Amino acid sequence: MQNLAPALSSLNGLAAGAFLLSGFGLLATRQMQGCVRFFRLQSLALVGSIFLVAVGAPVPDLIAVALLDLAIKPLLIPWLLRRYVPEEVFRRREIEQVFNIPSSLLIALILTLAAYFLATPLPLAAVAMANINVPVGLAGLLLGVFMLAARREAVPQLIGIFAIENGSLLTGIAIAPRLPLVAEMAFPFDMLIIALVIGILTRITHERVGTTEVGALRALRESSAK
Amino acid sequence: MNLFLILVLPLVAALISWLPLGRRTAPIVTLLACIVVLVLAGEAALKVAAGARVSAVSEWVELDGLGALILGLVAIVATAAALFSWGYVAREEDAGHLRRYYANYNLFVSSMLAVPMLVEPALVWTAVELTTIFGIYLVAFDNTAEAVEAAWKYSVLTIMGGAIALLGFIVLYRATRFGLAPFSWSGLITLAPRVPPDVLESSFLLILVGFGAKVGLVPLHTWLPDAHSQAPTPVCALLSGIKTTLVLYVILRLLPILNATGRINIELWAVVIGLISVGIAAFLILQVTDYKRLFAFSTVEHMGIILTAAGLGGTAAHYGAVYQILNHSLTKSFCFFATGAVLLAVDTRQIADVRGLIRTSPIAGAALLFGGIAIAGAPPLAVFLSEFSIFRSGIAGQHYITTGLLAAFVVVAFFGILHHLNRMVFGEASPAATDSLPVRLPRSCVLTLILAGAPIIILGVYMPPPLHRLLQMAAEGITR
Repeated sequence: MQNLAPALSSLNGLAAGAFLLSGFGLLATRQMQGCVRFFRLQSLALVGSIFLVAVGAPVPDLIAVALLDLAIKPLLIPWLLRRYVPEEVFRRREIEQVFNIPSSLLIALILTLAAYFLATPLPLAAVAMANINVPVGLAGLLLGVFMLAARREAVPQLIGIFAIENGSLLTGIAIAPRLPLVAEMAFPFDMLIIALVIGILTRITHERVGTTEVGALRALRESSAK
Repeated sequence: MNLFLILVLPLVAALISWLPLGRRTAPIVTLLACIVVLVLAGEAALKVAAGARVSAVSEWVELDGLGALILGLVAIVATAAALFSWGYVAREEDAGHLRRYYANYNLFVSSMLAVPMLVEPALVWTAVELTTIFGIYLVAFDNTAEAVEAAWKYSVLTIMGGAIALLGFIVLYRATRFGLAPFSWSGLITLAPRVPPDVLESSFLLILVGFGAKVGLVPLHTWLPDAHSQAPTPVCALLSGIKTTLVLYVILRLLPILNATGRINIELWAVVIGLISVGIAAFLILQVTDYKRLFAFSTVEHMGIILTAAGLGGTAAHYGAVYQILNHSLTKSFCFFATGAVLLAVDTRQIADVRGLIRTSPIAGAALLFGGIAIAGAPPLAVFLSEFSIFRSGIAGQHYITTGLLAAFVVVAFFGILHHLNRMVFGEASPAATDSLPVRLPRSCVLTLILAGAPIIILGVYMPPPLHRLLQMAAEGITR
């Protein structure tokens, strides 16, 4: 096992790199389809990292978590979105966002640097080979929050929430790999229900309001009243 | 065993409500399930107050003083809201829509009942997430463009908060590496002195930011007035009366853990964030134009008051905090029932369109006025007593600036609420209202108003000894 450690560590580094890169991809893409694709990639990187930690720590429980995550995030959630979100929404190419793409990426870069500083007070990873997961996961979390704030479309906002959750898990798996299995199982199922509920909500929004550009939703404000 | 029954009953009721068994079945089953849960929860709370250990699965499903108080409040508000729903939601014509309402209502109640009973933090997180998710359908129930918008803002901001808090809970789990105690609220307190403060502090901040969004603490409060004004009234009573408190309860659970380290000054965080929430909400109350939003901002204010009281430290202030939790839940749910009655009577949410309510619909007008006076904190009603006990403990603890600011904001909110309600309730009846015939309120709504109003008056003059003991135990639960 001992001689495997460096190899596992570099493989995990690769997964973390892919995770961070797809986090940037989520912000850079202009297409709805691209958003879903980058989310898939990010989830696959997460699953890879969970699997490597499961082998390297070693925590056999985590293999079940990895399999469950693999089934739910890259496969079931995009399928649910396909099923419940109207086709028109997916065909949209130009997603509205507050900043243009170069400045979005610049802000993302600053957030990533901030994540590295914020990670210092956080406890180091319990699994030494996954030390890199702490800052990268935190960066993923911040990028998700930024995506939620900057994107004005329903589906990318939803994917922003999932990106935050992915970031939390990537950090979390490294910090506390022996979390009770019941809890670990609950997290992906929770995401599944969220995807279902918000997917349906997106469809209703589309029917009722005629757009899924949630940035345009401003009927409810203090000043709107007479 | 009874604790499991409390969890399972609403789930069974949800299933029965969802099946197409006629228009009357779902409301009856829901109400019955809520009443049985209320009896069971009351019995469990009395046992806890008498000093007995109430536990279903040790270190997983248990009830202590603080948990019992919150559990009782969830059961009370859920029962009252189920009774109010009876007449209020009956206007809905689509039977399927109605069934889905009651099914979601029961799921929502079940997940809320789970939060105070679970003592394993990761499961608590899951239960809190579920309350948020089941709430979405209820907020969007009216299915208008505004309701959908409110549901969207509600779900995005609060689920984002949940995802951030998740990391906080995982970091919290790291504490179990420093000892052998189980991962539960009480286990963490025994572990805390041996855990590096950084771990606990970063976990607390992540949870405060994440769950703060669900509580509606400023600056992540923007979803709250939208959701609490657009949702159907019984749901508003649940959301404002107990759901926000429930999430705040989870944050309060962390205080004794951090205090046990003896090295972290989290009181400052609680006081600063609490005071900002109270202050901003108090001034926002002055300029509202929608009376349901008025009470929604009042919820933000009260959440701030409770957090500030918890941050003042010491048993007296913590007693004030849990006392305020009790009174706020009872009073705020009553206020929303009153707004529901007003909405049935005048069919507008605008304060400016409602005049002379006491003439056109005496019951709705009187209830609204009573609710407003009670929630603003006028003596001798319940909220006055708890706010007064917070101020007194603040002065006794020599927190003059904090107490002074808190009192000033509470006074601003007091005048804000009464200014708006005064214009709605008294004066000449508006022409629009006099044209239409006086509306007869559904009997279940009137009954709810009477039943929900009674404890506010009674608690103002009399505190039953078991409840007093329960509050003391709950206060110790935060202090320890």
